[in-house]
Amino acid sequence: MYSLDITLEAVLNGLLTGAVYALIALGLTLVYGVLHIINFAHGALLTTAMFAVWVAYTFLGIDNYVLIPFLAVIFYALGYALQRFVIGPASHGDDGNILLVTLGISIVLENALLAIFRSDTRSLTSDFSFEVLEVGPLLISKPRLIGFAAALVVTLLLWLVLARTDTGKAIRAVAKEKLGASLVGIDVRHIYAVTFGIGCATLAVAACLLMPTFYVNPRVGGAFVLVAFTVVVLGGMGSIPGALAGGLFIGVVESLSGLYLGESLGQIGIFLIFILVLLFRPTGLFGARA
Amino acid sequence: MTLRATLPILIILAVLAAIPLLATSNSVLNFIVFVLIITLAAQGWNVLGGVGGQSSFGHAAFFGTGAYVSAILQSRFGINAWAAMAIAMGVGAIVGWVIGFLSFRAGLRGSYFALVTLAFAEVLRILANAAGFTGGAAGLLLKLNVGFANMQFSSRGAFLWLALSLVALTLFLSQWIASSRFGAQLVAVRENEEAARALGVDVLAVKLRAITVSAAITAAAGCLYLQYFLYIDANIAYGLWISVEALLAPMVGGKGLVLGPIIGAFTLHGLGEAAKTFAASVPGIDLAIYGIILVVVVAFAPEGVLGVLKKTQLWRKRKAHAATKLSEEAA
Repeated sequence: MYSLDITLEAVLNGLLTGAVYALIALGLTLVYGVLHIINFAHGALLTTAMFAVWVAYTFLGIDNYVLIPFLAVIFYALGYALQRFVIGPASHGDDGNILLVTLGISIVLENALLAIFRSDTRSLTSDFSFEVLEVGPLLISKPRLIGFAAALVVTLLLWLVLARTDTGKAIRAVAKEKLGASLVGIDVRHIYAVTFGIGCATLAVAACLLMPTFYVNPRVGGAFVLVAFTVVVLGGMGSIPGALAGGLFIGVVESLSGLYLGESLGQIGIFLIFILVLLFRPTGLFGARA
Repeated sequence: MTLRATLPILIILAVLAAIPLLATSNSVLNFIVFVLIITLAAQGWNVLGGVGGQSSFGHAAFFGTGAYVSAILQSRFGINAWAAMAIAMGVGAIVGWVIGFLSFRAGLRGSYFALVTLAFAEVLRILANAAGFTGGAAGLLLKLNVGFANMQFSSRGAFLWLALSLVALTLFLSQWIASSRFGAQLVAVRENEEAARALGVDVLAVKLRAITVSAAITAAAGCLYLQYFLYIDANIAYGLWISVEALLAPMVGGKGLVLGPIIGAFTLHGLGEAAKTFAASVPGIDLAIYGIILVVVVAFAPEGVLGVLKKTQLWRKRKAHAATKLSEEAA
């Protein structure tokens, strides 16, 4: 057994990572809840956003935190266009087709990035990446603490948008009853695209928060996408509080199983949870029973 | 099995079988052997995903199991390669049955089934990468020892014929399934599970039979891969790439059709090779093109290449028919 300090630090680190997982899963769960589609391109879109952060930081000298609002707007537009002009028309509304179309998009994005940036792994070179906060016996990484706080704020913001604004109301209406929503004058295709855009915007924010302590290569999204699926399934497809709780939980599980099982086996805990939840409680821990 | 349905299969097989007699270029033979291995894996996928409509994103679980079981039996226990392949297919079938039992019993369909198969494959990949008897991250190497008993041949042509005969066997098996009672039940499950159940089809049993056959075929493809390249590691054997290849080929060729996987595999890899010769120095360009093809096929030709061929044939026939009618009226 490890000492309490090390375990405590692992739990804390897990919570910090988990908040960013939650942010990544937020977009996925929102898109699922409203469009009822599983967006397989989520990981590749995250990789694209991370490369955008790297390019902006390395070549244009833009700080990754300053970049957040700009990249979020750009990715909102990208997501809107993708859903409106590619995914929507190409899939003819069939569930299995959408999975294949988004798989196709992810293959294109990943390999386009591979063609441009090659397979090298890159990271931001800043002193801030290594700054820590000492709290008693614990060392907390500052950029990860910022990531944690920002992820919570974005989750809250998104929840407010959905609960309080007219667009949010329209999104919820479309999620509940597509036909009814279009009968009262809501442009369903527009709302679909808006939702997909919001999903991509949260990815852009996540990329900005992740980059100081993480690395990027064209395949990095794959590592996140299954984690994000697990979070979504665990929290209940379409549930925002579920995504937050699921993300924090998965972060801790990953951190602890990494500590006790070692680096190469560490991720297995996540997949086992994923399989078990799908097999025994596919509506998730927070989702309503279907 | 009518001649009309069997003839195209025989023509394709004859053309491929003649290639080693005509071409001696290693790169041509390598290309065809590789595509035949993909075809075999895809034929396995097609039984479950195409005919049965249960799209799996994790056929790597069966491909990898086939490759690893065969490799371990040969390298550690000195078992004959042919016997190892038979056992590997059996183990692959069992893995298929277990995954199928767990997920179909839980009622997983559509995207949920796709995701759970993907997760199973990932679990196996992580385990194979960490365990000792699979060679861990270093992978497993088979000794180069040419001989019939080791399923290693000095000429690539001989290996091509071996791969082709397995593909041929599977083609005839798929043809048989398509015309059998089991095939009809499988199609009924794909088209409407509730209706099939109401008609007395044992849905769970049919799906389980499909995934078991499907897994055994894809496991055989894993064995072939091992025999040809004599090396596997966790990212090759259980990697996402083979899951994607196995589902892409039938999608592009014609999902659920007997010739779908082979037509799709050769179309995709033919285009991939063409792209590579155009932009040889750009990595990933062939895969990017696969992605675009996938989106285009789903958008415009959901029946695949064979569907498009059939449609143009019908259209031509109708046009010819209309023309004769017109000339009759004129006369």
